[in-house]
Amino acid sequence: MFANFDYDVIWRSLPYLFYQGMTFTLLLTALATAGGIVIGTFLALMRLSGVAPLSVPAAAYVNLMRAVPFVLMIFWFYFLVPYIGQWLTGAAQPLQVGAFASCLITFTLFEAAFFCEIMRAGIQSIPRGQMAAAQALGMTYPAVMGYIILPQAFRNMVPVLLTQTIVLFQDTSLVYVISVTDFLGAASKIAERDGRLVEMYTFAAVVYFVISFSASRAVAALHRRVAIIR
Amino acid sequence: MNYHWNWSIFFELSPDGVHTYLATLLLGTGWTLLTSACAFAIALTLGAVVGVLRTVPGRFAVRCGDAYVELFRNVPLLVQMFLWYFVLPELLPRPAGTFLKQMPDASFYTAVVALGFYMSARIAEQVRAGITSLPRGQRLAAMALGFTLPQTYAYVLLPMALRVILPPLTSELLNTIKNSAVALTIGLMELTARARAMQEFTFQVFEAFTAATVIYIVINIVVTVAMRLLERRLAVPGYLGAKVRVAGH
Repeated sequence: MFANFDYDVIWRSLPYLFYQGMTFTLLLTALATAGGIVIGTFLALMRLSGVAPLSVPAAAYVNLMRAVPFVLMIFWFYFLVPYIGQWLTGAAQPLQVGAFASCLITFTLFEAAFFCEIMRAGIQSIPRGQMAAAQALGMTYPAVMGYIILPQAFRNMVPVLLTQTIVLFQDTSLVYVISVTDFLGAASKIAERDGRLVEMYTFAAVVYFVISFSASRAVAALHRRVAIIR
Repeated sequence: MNYHWNWSIFFELSPDGVHTYLATLLLGTGWTLLTSACAFAIALTLGAVVGVLRTVPGRFAVRCGDAYVELFRNVPLLVQMFLWYFVLPELLPRPAGTFLKQMPDASFYTAVVALGFYMSARIAEQVRAGITSLPRGQRLAAMALGFTLPQTYAYVLLPMALRVILPPLTSELLNTIKNSAVALTIGLMELTARARAMQEFTFQVFEAFTAATVIYIVINIVVTVAMRLLERRLAVPGYLGAKVRVAGH
């Protein structure tokens, strides 16, 4: 079955796969997670605000993102971002946005919807009494959120947020549809150049598996530790 | 914004010479629904089996079920599609591989199988959660009545568990429909692929994607409402419903 499996092609392309491809994948995962959590938290605060002009658009945005395939959203942003850039900067032509920036914006805005739902659950997991106590002490809304509610909500949700990050890491492979060289993109370019589809795709699967599996094991261990402390 | 809007593009003839662009999108919707339905049937069957396997007394079976779920959950769907489509035919004996490659609608069958296996791991997780959420007394009562293990599952645990996990199964069905868009990478002409093709031929990017988005939202609403009705019909009296609910895509 693996008689004519060419290990050499993997060995030769390792620097390209990891230095170019995996760097892109990991950087995109890290930055999109950070941005997604920040925007997602604001969306969650908007949804929970009870002020219709804030909560309705936030809910609509989140539900829209959850209703359509990510692949379609990647296409949307790929074509939309240059026009939005043009509109924001007032340029005469649609703005040229690099592949990385385009992917980063797409992933941040898309994943923000999912992080919003996680943060919303986290905020709702904090007993109401805490909010009331903080307000009784005369704290303003930003102070209540910043010092009392959000730190605890965030801490409670760390395992879920990290699990979502692993999902995001796997989702980065979808940038393939706009021909960006992430880890899978790099593997598929080598695969097609050298006619070594079997080797490259198997290797890519193994790498994704090892990273996701170890990460989810680490999250599970963390979850147990957090659970005991609480 | 110097984008030229043209909503009447949907009624123009597409390059296939027979269908309007609107008709091609609807054809794509058909493929999306067919692929998702077949994949979900596979996912439900395999997921139920593996989910049960993870709850039976017996270390080895549980280990196998766990390994199955970890395997399909930790590799991106796109990579799994490529493995089924490009790698599997090469690893099989030559006649079988050639048969797979020459099969008409190969991308459809591949998409169904890949998506079915991928989603089955998630459904197995839900089934396991559903079974473990049942009170221990149910299993013990069945044993006390002299039920064999298969009988315990068939008559006591599964009928309860499957009804309890209907809400998360709804999200998994919606995820299956959304994930079917990934099959465009292996050449399945489903909805997203048709919208993309329309954009390539007409340069009417935003009209094409708007139409696809609207269709996905409609599918989403219809499925959600239908499943709500089903949930109400199948609700276990006295149960508030499952607490396990997972966001995902």
